[in-house]
Amino acid sequence: MSNALSRMMSQRDWILADGATGTNLFNMGLESGDAPEFWNEKHPDRITTLYKMAVDAGSDLFLTNSFGGNASRLKLHGAQKRARELSRMSAEIGREVADRYDRPVIVAGSVGPTGDIMAPMGTLTHELAVEMFHEQAEGLKEGGADVLWLETISAPEEYKAAAEAFMLAGMPWVGTMSFDTAGRTMMGMTSSGMADMVETLDHKPLAYGANCGVGASDLLRTVLGFVAQGSERPIVAKGNAGIPKFVDGHIHYDGTPDLMAEYACLARDAGATIIGGCCGTMAEHLTKMREALETRPRGPRPTLDQITETLGGFSSDVDGTGDNAPAPRRTRRRGG
Amino acid sequence: MSEDQDDIILSELDDDELVQQMFDDLYDGLKEEIEEGVNILLERGWAPYDVLTKALVGGMTIVGKDFRDGILFVPEVLLAANAMKGGMFILKPLLVETGAPRVGKMVIGTVKGDIHDIGKNLVAMMMEGAGFEVVDLGINNPVENYLNALETEGPDILGMSALLTTTMPYMKVVIDTMIEQGIRDDYIVLVGGAPLNEEFGKAIGADAYCRDAAVAVETAKEWVGRKHNQGATA
Repeated sequence: MSNALSRMMSQRDWILADGATGTNLFNMGLESGDAPEFWNEKHPDRITTLYKMAVDAGSDLFLTNSFGGNASRLKLHGAQKRARELSRMSAEIGREVADRYDRPVIVAGSVGPTGDIMAPMGTLTHELAVEMFHEQAEGLKEGGADVLWLETISAPEEYKAAAEAFMLAGMPWVGTMSFDTAGRTMMGMTSSGMADMVETLDHKPLAYGANCGVGASDLLRTVLGFVAQGSERPIVAKGNAGIPKFVDGHIHYDGTPDLMAEYACLARDAGATIIGGCCGTMAEHLTKMREALETRPRGPRPTLDQITETLGGFSSDVDGTGDNAPAPRRTRRRGG
Repeated sequence: MSEDQDDIILSELDDDELVQQMFDDLYDGLKEEIEEGVNILLERGWAPYDVLTKALVGGMTIVGKDFRDGILFVPEVLLAANAMKGGMFILKPLLVETGAPRVGKMVIGTVKGDIHDIGKNLVAMMMEGAGFEVVDLGINNPVENYLNALETEGPDILGMSALLTTTMPYMKVVIDTMIEQGIRDDYIVLVGGAPLNEEFGKAIGADAYCRDAAVAVETAKEWVGRKHNQGATA
C-alpha cells in the first residue's frame, strides 16, 4: 500500500475522478487533428488550467494529457520518437498542480490505445505493444505520476500487453475498457469477461472498469455486469455526459450537470468506487457530482429499470453477457 | 466436434453442399478452404461472377447480419474478410477477363483532421466482401482528395468517415463543394462514424448515415439498385 491511490481507497469509500480532456481542450482552442500532447510543451499553462479545473471542481484524481502519447499514435504527427518525453511533461505538469493542494490529489498517467489492431488479425505484435506501453509508462513515472491509467481499450490482448509493460515499469495501475458495441467492447469483450480477465494478470490493476462508450446508462449496466462476477476489486465508472448532438454547427453533449449528479450516485450504488466522467463532462458537471456524492445517502443497488428511468434508455437491448451471449460459433464442417 | 469432421473433402461435395460449406468457412475465417472452394467451383465451370455473388457474397451477407446484430465482433469480421480476400484474389482477374457486371464502386476516406481508420477499414472490407470495388483514400483527406478521386475513379458511391465530434462537420464542407461544382447528384454519398447519427447525416446533405459496416453494405446495395433502376427508366 505504498501508493497514493491505494492509500486513498483504504480511507474513502468513493473517489471522484475527472471529466473530459478532449472536450475541454477543444474549448481552449485545440484544432481538430492536432495532437493534444504537443500542448504539454507548447502550452503548459493551458494544461495546468485543464488539471486545475477538475481539482477545483472537486476531483480527487485527474488524468494526465497523454492519452495519445504512445509511439503509434504520435507517429501520425511525425512525433513517434517523443512518446516518453511528451508523456513525462504531462505528468510533470500534473505533479506540480496536485502538490499545490492541501488535500491529497492523485496524478493518474493516462495511457490510451495504440489505435492498431493486434496480431494475428492486425499488424501490432504483443512484443511491440509492450514496448510502446513501457516507453510511455517510463515517461509518466519520471514525470511523477502516482499511478498509470489505461483507458478506452477494446481488445483484451492490448489490455494484457499494457499490464505487462506497467509491471516492467514497476508502476501500480488502473485500467478501463470502452463498452460501445451492443454492450461489449468493439472487439467483443463482455463486462463479465473483463472482470475475469483482470484476475488472471500477473500484474493486476488496483481497480478496473469502464469509460467512454455510449452514454451514462450503458456504462452503469456494464458496472452491474462487473459486480455480478463477484470480484472484490474496486470498480471504475467514467461515463460520457450523455450523447453528442449536432446543434447549430457545434457538437454538444446532452447530459446536464444534474443528470451527471444522478449518474454519480447511481454508479456508487451500483458498486463503483472511482467515479468520474468522460467526453462532454465539464467542471460544472464535476461540481454537481461531488456535491451529490457528499450529500446524498447511499441507496440500494439500482435495477436496470431504475437506471433507464433516471438516465434514459440503453443503446442496445442486451449487454452481451449471460443468457444473451451469442450462439456458439458454427463448427467448421457440417454433416460428415 | 467429432474427429472425422476434418475428413470432409470439399471436392466431393455437390455444388449446393459446397456453397453451404463455403458460407461456414467464411464465417469461421478459413482462408485456405475458401481458396480451395473457389477453385473447385471454377473447375466445375462456374462463371467467376456466380462464384463471387453466390458463394462469397452470400457468405459475407451472413457475417454482416451477425455483426449488425451483435453476435459477431470486429475480430471475427476481420478474419472472415481476410478469407474473402483470398477468394477475391483468385476471382479478380477472371472477373475482368469475362467482363462480369460490376456490383458497384466506392471511394472511401476519413475526413481532414481525423486520423482514425478502424471503422473505415471495416466498411471497406465489408463492401469488398459484398462484391464492391473499393478505392480507399486513407485518413486525413481534404476536400480536394475526394474530388480528385471522384473524377479519376468514377465511383457510384462516396463514403466519408469521422470519429471525432470536431471533424464530423468537415463532411458538410465536402458535400457543399460537390454542390457548388454541380456534381453532388452524380454520386451516392454515405457517411458514418461513432459520433454521427441519422439526424446529422440529413443535416449535412448526405444520402444516408450508416450506423455500422453491415448497414453501410445494405444501404449501398439499396441505393445502387435504385440508381440502376433510374438509369433504366430514364
